[in-house]
Amino acid sequence: MRLKRLGELCKRREGLEIRFILIQNRAGKTRLAKWYMQFDDDEKQKLIEEVHAVVTVRDAKHTNFVEFRNFKIIYRRYAGLYFCICVDVNDNNLAYLEAIHNFVEVLNEYFHNVCELDLVFNFYKVYTVVDEMFLAGEIRETSQTKVLKQLLMLQSLE
Amino acid sequence: MRSCVLSVFLFHRGEGFSGLFLLAVASVTLNYVKEAEIKRINKELANIRSKFKGDKALDGYSKKKYVCKLLFIFLLGHDIDFGHMEAVNLLSSNRYTEKQIGYLFISVLVNSNSELIRLINNAIKNDLASRNPTFMGLALHCIASVGSREMAEAFAGEIPKVLVAGDTMDSVKQSAALCLLRLYRTSPDLVPMGDWTSRVVHLLNDQHLGVVTAATSLITTLAQKNPEEFKTSVSLAVSRLSRIVTSASTDLQDYTYYFVPAPWLSVKLLRLLQCYPPPEDPAVRGRLTECLETILNKAQEPPKSKKVQHSNAKNAVLFEAISLIIHHDSEPNLLVRACNQLGQFLQHRETNLRYLALESMCTLASSEFSHEAVKTHIETVINALKTERDVSVRQRAVDLLYAMCDRSNAPQIVAEMLSYLETADYSIREEIVLKVAILAEKYAVDYTWYVDTILNLIRIAGDYVSEEVWYRVIQIVINRDDVQGYAAKTVFEALQAPACHENLVKVGGYILGEFGNLIAGDPRSSPLIQFNLLHSKFHLCSVPTRALLLSTYIKFVNLFPEVKPTIQDVLRSDSQLRNADVELQQRAVEYLRLSTVASTDILATVLEEMPPFPERESSILAKLKKKKGPSTVTDLEDTKRERSVDVNGGPEPAPASTSAMSTPSPSADLLGLGAAPPAPAGPPPSSGGGGLLVDVFSDSASVVAPLAPGSEDNFARFVCKNNGGGLLFFNREMMCVKKWFLFLLGRMFIFYGNKTSTQFLNFTPTLICSDELQPNILGFITKPVDPTVEGGAQVQQVVNIECVSDFTEAPVLNIQFRYGGTFQNVSVQLPITLNKFFQPTEMASQDFFQRWKQLSNPQQEVQNIFKAKHPMDTEVTKAKIIGFGSALLEEVDPNPANFVGAGIIHTKTTQIGCLLRLEPNLQAQMYRLTLRTSKEAVSQRLCELLSAQF
Repeated sequence: MRLKRLGELCKRREGLEIRFILIQNRAGKTRLAKWYMQFDDDEKQKLIEEVHAVVTVRDAKHTNFVEFRNFKIIYRRYAGLYFCICVDVNDNNLAYLEAIHNFVEVLNEYFHNVCELDLVFNFYKVYTVVDEMFLAGEIRETSQTKVLKQLLMLQSLE
Repeated sequence: MRSCVLSVFLFHRGEGFSGLFLLAVASVTLNYVKEAEIKRINKELANIRSKFKGDKALDGYSKKKYVCKLLFIFLLGHDIDFGHMEAVNLLSSNRYTEKQIGYLFISVLVNSNSELIRLINNAIKNDLASRNPTFMGLALHCIASVGSREMAEAFAGEIPKVLVAGDTMDSVKQSAALCLLRLYRTSPDLVPMGDWTSRVVHLLNDQHLGVVTAATSLITTLAQKNPEEFKTSVSLAVSRLSRIVTSASTDLQDYTYYFVPAPWLSVKLLRLLQCYPPPEDPAVRGRLTECLETILNKAQEPPKSKKVQHSNAKNAVLFEAISLIIHHDSEPNLLVRACNQLGQFLQHRETNLRYLALESMCTLASSEFSHEAVKTHIETVINALKTERDVSVRQRAVDLLYAMCDRSNAPQIVAEMLSYLETADYSIREEIVLKVAILAEKYAVDYTWYVDTILNLIRIAGDYVSEEVWYRVIQIVINRDDVQGYAAKTVFEALQAPACHENLVKVGGYILGEFGNLIAGDPRSSPLIQFNLLHSKFHLCSVPTRALLLSTYIKFVNLFPEVKPTIQDVLRSDSQLRNADVELQQRAVEYLRLSTVASTDILATVLEEMPPFPERESSILAKLKKKKGPSTVTDLEDTKRERSVDVNGGPEPAPASTSAMSTPSPSADLLGLGAAPPAPAGPPPSSGGGGLLVDVFSDSASVVAPLAPGSEDNFARFVCKNNGGGLLFFNREMMCVKKWFLFLLGRMFIFYGNKTSTQFLNFTPTLICSDELQPNILGFITKPVDPTVEGGAQVQQVVNIECVSDFTEAPVLNIQFRYGGTFQNVSVQLPITLNKFFQPTEMASQDFFQRWKQLSNPQQEVQNIFKAKHPMDTEVTKAKIIGFGSALLEEVDPNPANFVGAGIIHTKTTQIGCLLRLEPNLQAQMYRLTLRTSKEAVSQRLCELLSAQF
């Protein structure tokens, strides 16, 4: 009995991971897109548009979570930018919500008061930050100190 | 803003990015004209192309610069079709920046250009072997981003070595763990398990919490697929978790986030533990319980910070702990505490928390330990339904009400849902309608309440009442004679409303057609008034509804001879007889003719009252499952064990009649199939069975959803069915239906239907009995079918089955055919099980026990104790035992709650007497099944088959 239930649960839990991370501005311009699942280009474009459509209509009284296709989007707005993470419906909402904030704090520290333009011009650095903190759709490193130390080390190689 | 733009512009000027960056700035700050952008980009692309093609070899720096520009252009949303080679070249540079841009280009823009992959893999291989942690990191991140099969082939063997090597740097270990995880997800077959697995588990003890964080993800995924191999991770995870939750908020330094120690790692560890049942070792189990208690206690402590980050991080851990408590479902104390905690959150000012509390409570509601505790929050949840501003929160409230509903609160919850429905968002109306319909049926003590509820549903949200819902109310009314009169009266009254929904007309038409006679005695609802009322709606309705009403009229001709002339006049009118719609016209012509030529006897036979529908899984439930995804709904069903659904019913579609005219059968008439034109000579409804095909041709969810083609479940459905029919298999192109009769020499009629409009060629069904089965079963197909099956046609075949001796496996029907140029090959297990050869034997109590004692040899008895998978309903259980083939012996067992049965299995060689006894334990939701037969293998097999049914 136990084992059977276990089996069912495992099936449900299978493939828990981040599907994609998107940073978009209010106008829907993508400032970062990191995909952890195979999508073709048309599909990516469609996802970007749909995410923008569902997220921007929501206000501060709404939750930071939206059901999205068979997944859910956990998002947070910082000034004009939406940081969105798409995960499995069974995944832990608050953990990802704070993972976004942790990521933003790192960006802020690294770029000294980050603004949208930093993300545009330093796109290749932003990808490095993402890869330090999220890899293969999983949270890789959560310590801001460790991430920043590594980023500064890499910067010194430039 | 302007100064910012300028400074960026100046900063990059030296690097030659100026033009492009100016553009990007423009698109940020001004609404730059699109065409100008494209022009500028094309110019830049031409420039880069010429640089790459130029005679002069580019140095690494320039190459990086141009590849980076290309990437930038791509990210602005333009297509890039060159530069891949240059990017690959950058990979072999020794400078970090050049290598990084090269890898980034590959990660973002890679396509499966096989030649490039080889080159890329080569560069990755060199970097992995470089022992330079930065380069190794870049290479691993690239594999983790692309994760293609080619990469898995090249590196799946290498990465575990990097991961567990003693001298690997921590940051490389982190990347290697997740890189391996990615490859395992894409190509599990290519990641060999080996010595490294045990060392990976020990990474849970690593000093570096970043390594533990990455390793936990890897271990969780591996443990899901190989629970045995990773079992040791449980105790390690528990002790790690315990160290984290009991640590002071400063102990973990870098990993403390807003005063919460390592929240993400805690969440991951709790998730890993959800791959396993509660730990068996009492010490580990005790430690885990302590952890969970500490987490629950912390939720009650005053917050260490007012920042939302603090409470979010803390609650992330709390919610995951509650998930684990629910997963274990074994500690009543923890479950109730979790429920109380969530109850507090229900009234929290943070919308996020209210949402999550509703969601989490939904699963708690299905645990027997916490169901009652959840119910105490009903008022809060109802209030949420009325006051929440976010529709997704209200949606969760609906889900929770649905989950906490039981017999005690059903009237209140259904009433609240109905009143919410009046103002509910359009996006969730249909789902609420389905939920109300299910609850009303499931918890109906009084079926008049059920009928009222469904009619209310139609009144409030008629447009959202799907076919499944109104089919279902008709099925129930037809199956329960105690409610028929009330239903007729109620629909009659509802139809008086000047504007009523078409769905009400359909239900009304059907019910009055069947049971109008029950209220015809009242002069206020005399036959003529009933008819006039229905006919006053006729011209407002769509064609399918009009078709249904015409069938009602002909039923009236039979029920009320006094209105026959009136109805004949209506049928004879030009608007019917010459209707542009062929279906309506045909009905009018044939019904009119039938009413004129047929004698009252024939009329009475053809238009006889509908026979009861076979009980089966509610089609509404199937629809809800389809809508919501199976997991949410089944969980509820499995654990509450109150489902009023009979799994035995098999998947027959609702109507039991072939003749569309003999009854206003909703499925056949309204789906516009045209597969069964009214045929006055059709068999009377009670002949049953043959009508399957008509319905199965539709793609209606009610028929399709509950069937997993060829699955074991489907097979199990047939075990407790004696004679009858059912759908064996179907897919987009074809389906296969059978009727059977089995007794010693079993005969099975198999119908093959071609659902497409294209011919099937070389259509060859063959019956396959495995070597093991061969000596025990004789099965043969009586005559081959025509190898060509026209589009839309159906063919029949007879299979004879003879049982020589007892058997366990089932024969397989293999069907091969060509369809539209492709070869199709389908196999389906025929539901032929040993119990099909049962003959029931009635005997008195004394005889039973005498024989029971005779079969007391330990080899003759097989016993199984198992948990109930379905609601423990006495009537359903009786039906299953009878359906299984044995006689059900009443008043034999001294304990009236027990069931005993007896029968003889007839095989060609011998006859085997079988006795069975089923003892339910309602409290524990368990059964004990004992079988005694003269042959061990028979006891064994019957016990297996029957155990799976409860």
